[in-house]
Amino acid sequence: MSDMTNTNEDILLAVENLSISFGGLKAVDNFNVKIKRGELYGLIGPNGAGKTTVFNLLTGVYKPDTGAIILDGKPITGKKTTEINHEGIARTFQNIRLFTNLSVLDNVKTALDERYRYGLLDSIFRTPKFRRMEKELDERALSILSVFELEDEAELKASQLPYGKQRKLEIARALATEPKLILLDEPAAGMNPQETKELMDTIALIRREFSVTILLIEHDMKLVSGICERLTVLNFGQILREGETRAVLNDPEVIKAYLGD
Amino acid sequence: MKLKYKQKSLRYSLLTYAMVLAFYIICEIMLMTGNMSSLMKGMLVPLCYYSILAVSLNLVVGISGELSLGHAGFMCIGAFTGAIFAMTGGASLPGWAELGIAIVLGAVVSGVFGFLIGIPVLRLRGDYLAIVTLAFGEIIKNVINVVYLGVDSRGWHFSLKDSLSLGLEPDGQTIIKGAQGITRLPRNATFTLGIVMLILALFIILNLINSRYGRAIMAVRDNRIAAESIGISASRYKMLAFVTASAIAGVAGVLYSHNLSTLQSSSSNFGYNQSIMMLVFVVLGGIGNIRGSIIAAVILTILPEKLRFLDDYRMLIYAVVLIAMMLFNSAPSAIAFRERIAASLRRSAGKEAADE
Repeated sequence: MSDMTNTNEDILLAVENLSISFGGLKAVDNFNVKIKRGELYGLIGPNGAGKTTVFNLLTGVYKPDTGAIILDGKPITGKKTTEINHEGIARTFQNIRLFTNLSVLDNVKTALDERYRYGLLDSIFRTPKFRRMEKELDERALSILSVFELEDEAELKASQLPYGKQRKLEIARALATEPKLILLDEPAAGMNPQETKELMDTIALIRREFSVTILLIEHDMKLVSGICERLTVLNFGQILREGETRAVLNDPEVIKAYLGD
Repeated sequence: MKLKYKQKSLRYSLLTYAMVLAFYIICEIMLMTGNMSSLMKGMLVPLCYYSILAVSLNLVVGISGELSLGHAGFMCIGAFTGAIFAMTGGASLPGWAELGIAIVLGAVVSGVFGFLIGIPVLRLRGDYLAIVTLAFGEIIKNVINVVYLGVDSRGWHFSLKDSLSLGLEPDGQTIIKGAQGITRLPRNATFTLGIVMLILALFIILNLINSRYGRAIMAVRDNRIAAESIGISASRYKMLAFVTASAIAGVAGVLYSHNLSTLQSSSSNFGYNQSIMMLVFVVLGGIGNIRGSIIAAVILTILPEKLRFLDDYRMLIYAVVLIAMMLFNSAPSAIAFRERIAASLRRSAGKEAADE
């Protein structure tokens, strides 16, 4: 019955039988997931379960040995990272990866590159097109930063931001590429409870403002149970359980995987 | 909300152009009033091409973040392209036209080689890239060093053995004579042309840096994986920086070859010592600081000549100056000291303004 309803629903990301091995180790083994448009989906599991590897497969950092990734009805398996971003997947990283020597504003402007293009000669001769595009870029970047309350820090170096704001900037930069799907890799890592709460608000906010689908890796169970609608639990590269958040988190198998016997 | 970065980058660019122009005007006045030694006169054009080389290398090392040790190779390609044109097609043209075309040709040929060498080299990172660029620089120099090139009514002739095996007709002319290089060059590069080329190089590089291309190049430098995750093609922007720098180094090479009567592809002209020296300009002037590269290039080109009276101690003093400059630029206490001086200057300037 539930299978019947699923096929009628609007599936944004469908992953089928995805596998990859490093040497003899099956890092991800037969991974399947269907994420509906607008959904907030969680991917959890103990350390070394293969969560980040799934993200790296989805964004083309690794090429899968087998399996298919279909985004919005279009197969994107085996494409390059840059192409996959153009197709509509953006991500953040477990260990923050900002352009540390660029300003906060330039971090976002770099992500807008695909949408506000001008040529090399425009840049060298500062043509009217260059000025117009740069002006639009500034306005767009500032409006994105203002959603994250970062516009006052726009001209600081990214490395000068405090930790929590660096996380926010990374999300802002990913969203600037106007993705259909955003992958958040442990956004609450290293945050205190107050910052984690702020982050939950931020995630709720970006769903509203950018109408984006979210796939999230997280260790913080409070965050996961607070915001995720459905979950997949990975263990040793394989799917342990999937389904509604509450049901999955109360599953004895899942509790065992996290806490041990 | 008001953004200040545009004024800041504009001020930086204008100050840089102004500095070059001021240097030009001072030198011209000294020339006109006859206050310049013949030694200094001979160094005016070298100052220009060394500055151009330093600025272009900074685009690769500072902005793109790749340690390239083969910049002299691209200078060599530009120099020989320009010189070959001066001896053949350009020989019948008026001097300015010959120079203009030679500069364009030098930039294009050097840029093409930059692209070809960039394909394998830019797949590497860090130390590996440095070593391979060093090797390519040496290969270029050594290959040109054994080439014999001649032209006659039947066309171009090429040999790696000697001039005789070119088999030229009686009307033929040998252009490159192996290790002897190209002789009887026109020597028509002028200080004014050098300054014009330096300003042009600055204009291209500064405007490139302050555009979406510069942002993308620096983004790839800061974090390649993150740049690719937002759709920036790392290899494309690295290549852009590398080819632009090679083409501009080619222009410096054309100036170099038009400032000599004999051009040889020897180690003292285009060897890795030259590449290292350009890197010293960039590092001492501040990595990523375009204006600093010019200042360092000028000081470190003039200094060894001015220190000639020290005879044996010359290179010793030169090394001490290098270390002192490095400390002044990068040591934390030196930076704090500079900031204190700047703050007190600002304070006294503010007081004077208040008094008036």
